[in-house]
Amino acid sequence: MKLNRRLATVATLSVLAMATSVPVLAQGTVLRVVPHSNLAILDPIWTTAYMSRNHGYMIYDTLFGTDENAKVKPQMVESWTESPDKRLWTFKLRKGLEFHDGKPVTGEDVIASLQRWGKRDALGSALFQFVQRMDSPTPDTFRIFLGEANGFMLEALGKPSSNVPFIMPKRIAETDPFKQIEEHIGSGPFTFKREDFKPGDKAVYLKNTKYVPRSEPPSGTTGGKNVYVDRVEWNLALRDTQAQLSALQKGEVDIVEALGFDHFETAKADTSIQLPKYATYGLQYIARFNHLHKPFDNANVRRAAMAAMSQEPFLRAQVGVKELYKTCYSMFICGTPYGTTAGSDIQGKSNMRKAQELLKASGYDGTPIVILKPTDLASIQKLPDVAAQLLRQAGFKVDLQAMDWQTLVARRAKKDAPDKGGWHMFLTAWQTFDVWSPVANSMMDTRGEKSGWFGWASDDKMVTIRNELMRAIDEPTKKKLGEQLHVRAFEVATHVPLGEYMQPMAARKNISGFFVSNGNIYWNLKKN
Amino acid sequence: MLNFLVKRLLSTLPVLLIVSILVFLMLRLTPGDPAAVLAGDAASIDQIAQIRTNLGLDKSIPEQFFIWAGHLLRGDLGQSYYYKTEVTTLIGQRLEPTVSLAVVTITMAVLIAVPLGVLAAWRFGGWLDKALMGFSVLGFSVPVFVSAYILIWLVSLKLGWLPVQGYKRIADGIGPWAYHLALPAITLSMIYIALIARVTRASVLETLGEDYIRTARAKGLPEVTVLMRHALANAAVPIATVIGIGIALLIGGVVVTESVYAIPGLGRLTVDAVLARDFPTIQGVILLFSFVYVLVNLLVDLSYVFFDPRIRY
Repeated sequence: MKLNRRLATVATLSVLAMATSVPVLAQGTVLRVVPHSNLAILDPIWTTAYMSRNHGYMIYDTLFGTDENAKVKPQMVESWTESPDKRLWTFKLRKGLEFHDGKPVTGEDVIASLQRWGKRDALGSALFQFVQRMDSPTPDTFRIFLGEANGFMLEALGKPSSNVPFIMPKRIAETDPFKQIEEHIGSGPFTFKREDFKPGDKAVYLKNTKYVPRSEPPSGTTGGKNVYVDRVEWNLALRDTQAQLSALQKGEVDIVEALGFDHFETAKADTSIQLPKYATYGLQYIARFNHLHKPFDNANVRRAAMAAMSQEPFLRAQVGVKELYKTCYSMFICGTPYGTTAGSDIQGKSNMRKAQELLKASGYDGTPIVILKPTDLASIQKLPDVAAQLLRQAGFKVDLQAMDWQTLVARRAKKDAPDKGGWHMFLTAWQTFDVWSPVANSMMDTRGEKSGWFGWASDDKMVTIRNELMRAIDEPTKKKLGEQLHVRAFEVATHVPLGEYMQPMAARKNISGFFVSNGNIYWNLKKN
Repeated sequence: MLNFLVKRLLSTLPVLLIVSILVFLMLRLTPGDPAAVLAGDAASIDQIAQIRTNLGLDKSIPEQFFIWAGHLLRGDLGQSYYYKTEVTTLIGQRLEPTVSLAVVTITMAVLIAVPLGVLAAWRFGGWLDKALMGFSVLGFSVPVFVSAYILIWLVSLKLGWLPVQGYKRIADGIGPWAYHLALPAITLSMIYIALIARVTRASVLETLGEDYIRTARAKGLPEVTVLMRHALANAAVPIATVIGIGIALLIGGVVVTESVYAIPGLGRLTVDAVLARDFPTIQGVILLFSFVYVLVNLLVDLSYVFFDPRIRY
């Protein structure tokens, strides 16, 4: 009896010991990241969502990239030539490029990937208007034949933001562009551990030990993509910004991709946390008019609104931390190649009295301006309140309508009159590289109802300038045309730039290797 | 009893049918477009229209319903528009964290609240009763995220006893599972302790006035026996009802707690699905919740048989 009891005790304790022990997993160094949002869609060509783009950068590679100074540099491409008339581009791929399934990257894969991208991306579609055909004469080369020369080939192929022309295996890239891909095989510095992916919980990436990085130092999305950790885990469940900071302080996570502005000072004062400088360019707030309906079908009324909407109040309300924002009256982002402020005096050198005078002179008939306000998007939800206040001060009547973001997104796609379920104005934020280029900037498309983006601005002169810009080959001409487009955009008041800001990232002090990526990039990082 | 069980189980079918129709209709009639959500901010109108066609959202509402109902009868809840994963898989992934949190929370709440409620009733009007009732008001009044932040600051950051966030699956070990669940369960249980303690106190107080309690005391029974065996047993029916409601609410998901503590549960899944207009996921989880509520109500009704021998089905 005693022996049985002893045996039972030992057995019980053994079971308990096994049950409470943590299995030791051979994971190596693990970088634990809290991204800015949930990762839901794994196809970065199917959607423009930034999380999908960031996922893309982990597992795919690109032909070209954009460095920290907005210069396009080769990435998968070793060299390239252009014919004298710039209508034939021949690219040679780097040696050693291999997909995660072991197959080499070939020109055929590139062509299929570009074709799929060209059917979904605005800049890609613009490029493909010029493309006659593409071929791959040898496995490591591909050629693009253009019907006429254009000046933005490399800019398009090195596009750093959504949709990025990521290169996939041909069999995957041949998926209908309006359906999501089912496999996630790339040739990038990480592999995707699909079986560990739990939507809303976590995503896991492993170091691609076969990846051959370039030798240059990393800069933007170019240069050497060296990986110094074995595994990166994205914590998709931790959404509360206060809890994110607490987890970082306790060392349960290594990086918080988007630190809440409210927590900036606390994080700055914490000696265990660093705020790395990972970007020279941040994001830009904008207000977009609906050009289809009164009163914003009248350019003079739009310009009056523009004059009323000075940038500082928006930035102060939404960001609040002075060192994180700056005013910039350029639609193409200050400090970038096209970042001119020409023509912006209507906004940049205005005041409320001027705005009131402009509104009186415009013939505004008192139509209430319907502004859409999202209630569940902390990153932009204060902007509409500021807009409403400033427009009221200028003499506008304003109808501020609150709704969740998804309702707003559905409503802004409607062309109905504002009093019948439509809208006059909505506000949002763009990342720099979505708007820095006049060709890539959706708001520069002024083909009216044919234009791809909401607001349907219409101006033939801008269409002409933009078409000329797409065909311009030399840099001085491109810059001159870019400036002309900018001046005209302010004359027409396509939209209102509301200033620029940086989204702070926070990390534990033992993480090193941050560089100016202008995005959420996880190569080159070391965990000491 | 068997007849009762069969009747109750069969009665879930019309409930589920009505719920499924109502939810289906409400989703399609409320503003918002899943295609626009999926396409992303920079997508064009044509791209959104194409996605809508691919998802079958351009079909008429009755047609969409019959397609979905047909799949449902085969046990197929469909595929999430957002995650491109079967809804059953998504629910399966989130079930363990939610059930774990619910079970630990309600167990903690019952073990603390019932004795406290009995004590408060026993010492009615005294300092113990007043202190417990004061605490229960606090438990109701303080929002969950406030108590969560305070507990994280104190227990995790200052004392370093428990983690700030995260969930460990049972397969990773009971110890880590319990370690990560402790603080969220403590946070959540405060409301349920407040609620169950108050109901227990009220119910036991009523029973303590009965003749059989006076008789039990007159017979010289120890006070513990009087309270636990006679008073509590006879006061158990309303307490069981409240516990059942609590379990159902917990299974339904506690999104604030899940968000603060990074628990990938059903609450967060539901809210994300609603915000993304992920119709199949919303429909799937609401059907699940409906079934759970019906089941919990059935179990609570069955438990009455144990507490009150006069109740027979």
